[in-house]
This record gives sequence, structure tokens and C-alpha cells, in this order.
Amino acid sequence: MSTNGAKPLIEVRDLYKHFPLRKGIILQKQVGAVRAVDGVSFEVFEGETLGLVGESGCGKSTTARLVTRLLEPTDGEVIYRGQDIAHYTRSQLKPLRRDMQMIFQDPYSSLNPRKTVGTIIGEPFVIHRLERDEGKRKKRVQELMDLVGLNPEHYNRFPHEFSGGQRQRIGVARAIALKPKLVVADEPVSALDVSIQAQIINLLSELQDELNLTIIFIAHDLSVVRHVCDRIAVMYLGKIVELADADQLFDHPRHPYTGALLSAVPVPDPRMAREKHRQVLGGDVPSPTNPPAACRFHTRCPKARDGKCNVDEPMLEVKEGGNIAACHFPLTDEEIAKRVPTAAA
Amino acid sequence: MALLEVRDLTVHFETDDGLVKAVDGVSYDVERGQALGIVGESGSGKSVSSLTVMGLTRFSGNARISGSIVFDGKELLTASDEEMRRLRGNDIAMIFQDPLSSLHPFYKIGDQLVEAIQAHRSMSKAQALDRTVEMLGLVGIPEPRRRVDSYPHEFSGGMRQRVMIAMALLNDPKLLIADEPTTALDVTVQAQILDLIQRLQRELDTAIVMITHDLGVVAEVTDEIGVMYAGRIVEYADKDAIFAMPEHPYTWGLLKSIPRLDSPRGEPLVPIPGRPPSLILKPPGCAFHPRCPYVREPHKRIDPQLAPAAEAGNGHVKHEVACLLPGQTRRALWAALQEGATPEAALARVDVPDKVVDQEAVGDVLAPAGTEVAEGVVATPENAPAPEPTPVTPVEAAHEEEPS
Repeated sequence: MSTNGAKPLIEVRDLYKHFPLRKGIILQKQVGAVRAVDGVSFEVFEGETLGLVGESGCGKSTTARLVTRLLEPTDGEVIYRGQDIAHYTRSQLKPLRRDMQMIFQDPYSSLNPRKTVGTIIGEPFVIHRLERDEGKRKKRVQELMDLVGLNPEHYNRFPHEFSGGQRQRIGVARAIALKPKLVVADEPVSALDVSIQAQIINLLSELQDELNLTIIFIAHDLSVVRHVCDRIAVMYLGKIVELADADQLFDHPRHPYTGALLSAVPVPDPRMAREKHRQVLGGDVPSPTNPPAACRFHTRCPKARDGKCNVDEPMLEVKEGGNIAACHFPLTDEEIAKRVPTAAA
Repeated sequence: MALLEVRDLTVHFETDDGLVKAVDGVSYDVERGQALGIVGESGSGKSVSSLTVMGLTRFSGNARISGSIVFDGKELLTASDEEMRRLRGNDIAMIFQDPLSSLHPFYKIGDQLVEAIQAHRSMSKAQALDRTVEMLGLVGIPEPRRRVDSYPHEFSGGMRQRVMIAMALLNDPKLLIADEPTTALDVTVQAQILDLIQRLQRELDTAIVMITHDLGVVAEVTDEIGVMYAGRIVEYADKDAIFAMPEHPYTWGLLKSIPRLDSPRGEPLVPIPGRPPSLILKPPGCAFHPRCPYVREPHKRIDPQLAPAAEAGNGHVKHEVACLLPGQTRRALWAALQEGATPEAALARVDVPDKVVDQEAVGDVLAPAGTEVAEGVVATPENAPAPEPTPVTPVEAAHEEEPS
């Protein structure tokens, strides 16, 4: 485990974010809540990459926005280097913003089309009143462009003059401009062409080594997550259902939901595809306004037992192999071998 | 005879910026009940070629289409609009990537599906509704009798895609074209939809053309695979062959640049340098040459044709490739890559001849001008006509993004 002995950069404890659903025009009575994040705890260690995976609507992006305090949590603590920043005000947060940056999914809508690349990448310096001298700022920006593999001579070009992969490089350059401690990458490669994805993935890992970045990597593509992340948290309906080292998670997933996710990934190998028994989950993810009682996965779980899983909520605890999972009936090795041919025997 | 025979299809679009060669000489066959996968990146022409089969590009005034598309013994490119209308949604059906924008938001699901039946069959509304309910049940929509009265926004993404599949299958099509049917879906839902497509193909014996960028999807669903690059098919083979012994450097690039669950975790990704070429200023010679690590001088001038790949051992498997590297060299390079060598290391290990090109791939298409080139290249390379002015713009443009 690469994180042994490292201290956590960020600690999240019992984090909740409920978005109220209101009805009525004047009185705006609250009639319910979307429980986007519903009691999540984890740590991110310095220098590691933590992956957040799950289907759309599971709360992974909301969690990341809470950690970076782009959203204020309903309840819970976000401890950044010893201080609880969960309810900091804007002005209290401003110095911290330098340390936390985001890379977004869509390189087309996350860059202002009316500003030049130089201005976009230089903006963090302006906001935080660093490098006031324009000449020096330009030099810094060009160094950054060079670092992420862009031609520094393109300083005065506009975003539309770049391809998707290059735009994502601009987004990366902007994110690392102030030498942040934490970078949250929200689906950074899913909008890119397959042959370009690898370029951005490799760039991120090079930069991580060079700048000693801590990365929270959000993705739905499990093959990408496995490649990039040191530890992975699997989320389902606002809760973490399994948390493990990448090797542990992919070699022996213990939560049936993780098993189903891995089983669902199409493998580019016809022989393996023929042999495996793909486990297909029925139905859709239930609504987060009214999640199932007890274990939230029990409505779709092939191993769920009546009278246990729908009554007694499982807690996150260490299972065989070291994975931390919230499940009463974790997957056995035989079940894993049958469903997930890519898992190590 | 194959159900669908596409021959030398070209689709060019005239634009203010120049002629966009979206599809530039594509040929393939789809047999009855078979599944063909077409793999490529955005801009490789994979969608345009299928839209043309559906007769959907003919209405854009700037499209120049040539070649031949024979479906069930009938030439489609010369068919009248009325004939095409009768065919679409009837014998040939299509599923698109985004199910929300393919369904009309104002009409109930049931009404939209009934309309699709009544457009092609003289059937009473009640009968058509029964057929609709039956089909929705078949694709796995719970309580179909009740759900026909729902609007598209009341369905989840996966359910909407099921509705689209049901709509496509209403009239028992002989051919189903699926354009990135699972790209917008979550992985568990993708598994459901892929399962559904496979089951329906078995039960209804529909031929399928599956267009995708995901090599995993084609490995699970299709029988044969065509890899497209810059408007051409650069490699075409049986599914097993293309994964076990791919012969085109672009296919190698695709296979090596994706993170896979079945490879060791630490294995570094080898990105394909550069980016897909502009279809207006296509690189001369082999269109892949600006990104190809094994490029040699002649490859920048000679345009390779699809030619049978000499299969080691098994000669029955269909396998064609458009690459100018000699077959032996290709197999040696792939063997090196398989052992984990980077393209540079593979290049150092394998002797890639500077001047020799695969004669098969050169083909007779270039015969008049090509003889001189080929002879000059093979026999007296030094005396060959003065090197052509290097086509600076496209090459540079493509290299622009090469990581340092």
C-alpha cells in the first residue's frame, strides 16, 4: 500500500448533502430531499490518487464538490490539513482555493470561448494576485503550456482553435497553475477520443509525480480508474459501499455491486468474452429522493436475503482480503472467478 | 449473396472550407443474421457510411455520393426517396446514441411506436398497440401495457434505449444499424442493452451493424470487425483474428492505448501520438502515416489498398489490411508489442525495410503512376524522381499535439 505512513490531506467524516425539493410559489414548503450524499467518510492521503466510481446519480460528483467546497454540506466535516472547512465562508475559503483545483469533463464548455488561452491559464494568477507583472505572468503561463504539451507560441489563440485533447490540456494547465495540493478531476477523459484518452491519462500521472499532487479521480470507466488510482471508493446511491486498494478491489471485489460493475465492463478479448458469465443487474438505480431501506442495494442484489438486507443496514467493515465493504453477504472467491474473469484467481 | 453489400462507397461533402472526404472508398458485406462491428474514432466516417446506407445523407444538398449499396438484391443509391422511405424503419432500422433526442418529447411512447407500425403496415390502431405492447415486453420494459401511456421523460436512459430498440424491431427488420447504442449509458445498463441486442439477434435472426469506438463492445457482440480511419476501412477481419493478430499499426495503437481490465495494472498506456487527420486535408499516401511510428518514406506517397493478410497457419479466416509494411515485418512488430515493447523498442528490435512496400497493398489501382513509383522505390531508390515537396501542412498539423 503506497499510502502507508502518509498523513491524510483531507478527511471527510459523515458527510451529508441533501438538496431540498420545494413546492409552492411563495411559501416554498419543503416536500422532500434528494439525498445526493448520505453519510460518506473517507480520507485522501498526500500524493495518492483516490478514485470515486459509480453510476450516474450516485453522488460522486457531489462528493467532490463538497470536498472542494464548491457546495456547502448539509452536515458532516471536511477536514483539510487539520481544519474543518465544512462551513467556511467565502472569504475564509479564498486562500484554500489555491490549494484545490478542478479539471472538468467537457473541455468544450469549461473554457471561456471569448478569452485567449493565455488569459485562461493566467487567470488564477490574477484572481489570487500573484505575478502582477504581465511579462512575468506570460512567461509563467508559457512554461505551463510547455509542461502540459502545448505549444507556448499558441498563447494568443482561442479555445475553438484547439482539438478536444488539446483543450483538456489547457484545462489541466489552468488547474496546476498555482501548484495546488489537491486536484479533483471529474471525468477528465470520458469526452475524449480513445486514442487521445491515453495522452491525457499519461500527462496526469507525469504531473502527479513532478508536482506531488494529490488527485481525486472521478470516473465511470472502471478500466481507466484501475489504471490511474491507488485506492478506490465505489459509491451507490449516496453511500460508499466498498473502499479498497486498486489491486484488492479489482482482484477480489467483495461487495456484490462492485462485482456487478466489474462484470459489466466489456472486455476487448473475444475468448474471455465468450467464457465469462456476465452478471447483468436488473432494473435501474432507485431514486435518491426515496432510497430503499437498510442496504440500498438490496432491491437489485443477487445475494440479498429477505429479513436481513432490507432490515439491517450493513456497516463498512474489513472483509476477506482487506477490502472495506458494507455488505452482509460479501462475494466469495468462487463467485468472483465466475463473474469477473479479469480478477486474479 | 450477402444481405448488404457496400462497394467503393464514397461520401464527400462540399463545404466552404473545402471538400470533406467523410467516407472515401469503403466496402463491406453483412450476411443475414450476422453482426458486423465498425470501430473508429470520431471523424473516421463510421456514422456517415451507415447514414448513407439508410439513405439519410442524400438530403443534405452538398453530399456527393458514389459507389454502390446493394441491400437484399436492390441498389439503394439509385432508389427513389419514396422507395427509401418504405425501406427505412421497415427492412432496415437504426438505433442512435442518444435515446432522448431520438424520441419526440411531446408524444406518448405508445403513440410513437404505433405510428412507426402504421407507417409501414395497414393495421388497425388496436392491433398496432398490441404489437407495441408485445415488443416493449420483449425488450424488458416492465408493465408495458401501462407504460405505453408514458412520455419519454418519464423513462430512464436505459429504458429509453430499450424503447428505441423496440421501435427499431417493430417491423421485423432484416438489418439493424446501431450507432453507438450504449455510449450514453452507465456500464451496468450498457451490459443490459448489449445482452438484449445479442438475445434479440439470436431470436429474431436480424443482421446487425454495430458502430462504436469501444473495442470491448465489439468483442462481445459482433462476428466480424472493420476498423475505420480517415474515411477508409484499414483493417477488416474476423473478430478473433483482429484481437489475436491485428496487422494494422492503427489497430495496434487502439489496442495498446486503452486501459484494460485484463492486462497487468502497472502496464503503461501507449497513446497514439497526434490526432485524427482533417478530412479536408487528408495526408497523402497512407492517411495514418503522420501518426505511425513505423512510417517509411514511400508510405508518404503510396496509398495502400485493402489486401488479404497472409494469415499464419489458418488460411480460412477472413483478414484484410491496408498497410504498406511487408507482412513479415508487421507480424514481427506485433509480436514485439505483445511482449510489452514500446513502439520505439519494437522498431529497434525489428528491421523495418526502408524502401520495400507490400506489393499486395499497393494494388493495381495505382498501376499507371504506381509502376514507376514502385519500381523506383524497390529497384533503384536513389535514382527515383526527386522527392516530392513534403506536404507540410497536414503533417505538421497532425504532429501538433504530439506529447513532448
